[in-house]
Amino acid sequence: MEQTFPALVCAHSAKRPQAAAMREKEFGIWQVTTWQMLESQMMTLAAGLQGLGVKRGDHVVVIGANRPRLYASMLAIQAVGGIAVPLYQDAAAAECVFPIQNAEVSVVIVEDQEQVDKMLEVREQIPALAHILYHDPRGLRHYDAPGLGSLDDLQESGRQALAANPSAVRSVIESIQPDDVAAMFFTSGTTGNPKGVVHTHFTLLDRARVGRDFDQLTHDDEVLAYLPPAWIGQNIFSFAQWLATGYVVNCPESAGTVQIDLREVGPTYYFAPPRVFEGLLTSVMIRMEDAGTVKRGLFKFFMDVAKRVGTRKMDKQPTGLLDNLMYAVGNLLIYGPLRNTLGFSRLRVAYTAGEAIGPDLFTFYRSIGINLKQLYGSTETAVFVCLQPDHQAKPDTVGVPCEGVEIKLSDSGEILVKSPGLLKAYYKNPEATAEVLTADGWYHTSDAGFLDNDGHLKIIDRVKDVGRLAGGSNDGAMFAPKYIENKLKFFPVIKEAVAFGDGRDRVCVMLNIDFEAVGNWAERRGMPYAGYTDLAQKPEVYELMKDCLQQVNADLSRDDKLSGSQIHRFLVLHKELDADDGELTRTNKVRRGFIGDKYGVLLEALYDGRTEQHIETQVRFEDGRTGVVSATLQIADCKVFSPMHAAA
Amino acid sequence: MNNRKIGDVILDVNNISLSFGGVKALTDISFDVREHEVRAIIGPNGAGKSSMLNCINGVYQPQDGTISFRGQTFHHMNSHQVATMGIARTFQNLALFKGMSVVENIMTGRNLRIKSNLFLQALRLGPAQREEEAHREFVEHIIDFLEIQAYRKTPVGLLPYGLQKRVDLGRALAMEPQVLLLDEPMAGMNLEEKQDMSRFVLDVNDEFGTTIVLIEHDMGVVMDISDRVVVLDYGKKIGDGTPDAVRNNEDVIRAYLGTSH
Repeated sequence: MEQTFPALVCAHSAKRPQAAAMREKEFGIWQVTTWQMLESQMMTLAAGLQGLGVKRGDHVVVIGANRPRLYASMLAIQAVGGIAVPLYQDAAAAECVFPIQNAEVSVVIVEDQEQVDKMLEVREQIPALAHILYHDPRGLRHYDAPGLGSLDDLQESGRQALAANPSAVRSVIESIQPDDVAAMFFTSGTTGNPKGVVHTHFTLLDRARVGRDFDQLTHDDEVLAYLPPAWIGQNIFSFAQWLATGYVVNCPESAGTVQIDLREVGPTYYFAPPRVFEGLLTSVMIRMEDAGTVKRGLFKFFMDVAKRVGTRKMDKQPTGLLDNLMYAVGNLLIYGPLRNTLGFSRLRVAYTAGEAIGPDLFTFYRSIGINLKQLYGSTETAVFVCLQPDHQAKPDTVGVPCEGVEIKLSDSGEILVKSPGLLKAYYKNPEATAEVLTADGWYHTSDAGFLDNDGHLKIIDRVKDVGRLAGGSNDGAMFAPKYIENKLKFFPVIKEAVAFGDGRDRVCVMLNIDFEAVGNWAERRGMPYAGYTDLAQKPEVYELMKDCLQQVNADLSRDDKLSGSQIHRFLVLHKELDADDGELTRTNKVRRGFIGDKYGVLLEALYDGRTEQHIETQVRFEDGRTGVVSATLQIADCKVFSPMHAAA
Repeated sequence: MNNRKIGDVILDVNNISLSFGGVKALTDISFDVREHEVRAIIGPNGAGKSSMLNCINGVYQPQDGTISFRGQTFHHMNSHQVATMGIARTFQNLALFKGMSVVENIMTGRNLRIKSNLFLQALRLGPAQREEEAHREFVEHIIDFLEIQAYRKTPVGLLPYGLQKRVDLGRALAMEPQVLLLDEPMAGMNLEEKQDMSRFVLDVNDEFGTTIVLIEHDMGVVMDISDRVVVLDYGKKIGDGTPDAVRNNEDVIRAYLGTSH
């Protein structure tokens, strides 16, 4: 069995030369790259890279969206013994500087003019950067920066080199060992510089194969690659598992057409962070609210049936005859068409990971017959640590440890993992490596959790985020901010929530409304508004938020451990939290500490009883310019419930 | 960065005067447009900008003066003839087919280039179908160029205004014009849409070498993207030159800011 990625491409190409390896929609038509074409692209690109002096152990950066030629470029880098370093395509120019310097990169491969501009902007800080190669020449005709070249030209020079020496690349491919480094992924650290997570061909392939066997994936499966390739999740699904399995990876036409392309492709294997599933559901719900009375009635009725029956069916639990019949009718009238609208008609296995998923959201998808499951893993573990088996997907766990994985808990409740897929190291950062990877081979996840009675892993929060309330009537109660935030975010009208409470006497939250959902809600009520900030501060919107918060409070009050974490006061922020402003990570997780500091005055106001507070905030636009948003925010109280113990 | 070659004069407007009854819309206007340049016509409301474009376009027939295009001189132009000569235009108030999809709207721009006859087209016979496919492919390149892939099948009437403007531009581009007349391409747009549109105008000019004549009253945009600017006021030409020269022209400043009398 082939043990490296380039060798796998050659093997697929030998076995099924004319089968599709990738498709990309271009000029309105799905254009196919066969395995044979992919192999030849990889070879010519690799020979071209050799011509630029890229050799064994060199790092080459790739920046761009999901494009077949960029995937071929990653393979080409590995084919010359190099290390592919994908970076986020939406990162600001300055954010690319550290990884490029850190890995001593001399060649970067980018998608288009936007990325070339970024590279040229920071080039002075990276003198070692000799070559910038681009995929799409549009708009670049008159650029004359030294070292700037197109992948077309690179392939052409590679073709010539191969004509002179046909085995130039193949001999290198044959000499690559499974333990050679294949790729490096920079993690979006919340503090300090990002860390480069080093993975070998073996670590990535081993995990990819375990995942493949777990879900019996075959080369007939179809995947849509639409998340940043720099994220290990996307990279595993559309690179490592793609090569391990030989299925077809489909690349959308543009970021704006993902939903259309999803429907056209109808993937059988799908992976998305909860946020994407949430967005899909929100858009369906909004359209349902605009539907006629009959449709809305039918939808509501059959969704109730699905809630009762669908999940039980998914979990292979017994269901009544009448229920089965109702579900079948619902499937014909509602669930089937709904799956089709979502692009999930052919879906066999769907995974969500990266963040906890709201239980209602999770059960919604399972109840309409979508085999949505959770997995647990991180960049450092090459994703697969725990997986939920079919028919055993619980909303609040992340599944059972998969093949080769051992799990134990540290004294502080931290989850420790031993797996063949663990990172080799953080690049040039032995201190950080030693912190997470101890000499006895355990990787410290910094997640708090435990294995439940069925052997399923349950994650509560990050170890460092789990805090305690101090003072007041709930002194010492556990405070798990993410748990509360996730509950809030399940409401379609709430886009983002940030909970505060550690070391304080009660819990308060800052909210982001979902502009689309709340905007729609306001329009239906004939409420005029001038924009995000204006809408967010409407008293009606505050009432709407208050309803949501009180539902969450009622829910929390039923849990002994968490009833102290009920939300006392809240405000709705005047701007959307944004990764460009540092408030979210590039993977869209809230950076609670940063937000607490940035909006310090608001935080103070939440706790000292003020009813409004003025704030001015600098915002950074995508092109790097800055502006100021200012507003006077209302602060409101919410109803708190007394703890309800289960009736004796 | 931009070192495209500006060529010889291809469109020459000489002493054009246009009046509607007693109203003089244009008085003795002369200017020229060079190949591959971005030429702007600016002026306050009612200055005669659109009238000027309509004269070039053959919609209005001026009482006096001539227009030369590539050496051929005309006393008045005729719309169909103008289009065949390779001059396309977009409209200030969007003359799109609202109920038709984006693809269909842009396809109408290929009309002049469709060779097969109505009979072949109606029956979708071999040659007609092949031809349609070729045109459709060309349209797809425009869609890709203007980054409107997500709206291919959307009826134009449902699109936001900024995107409709882009479709309008797409239809004009479908004619593969040598000269593109843009009537207030940025009117009614927000800042981001204006920036996008400016980018597309420059890209069209750059990628296809299309000569561009645009009317605009947003001075900021004009100054940024034009090579030369003509300024009209009350139907008279009061300035002509590079953006910098025009910006410092006393008459222009007076026309825009008003004077104390």
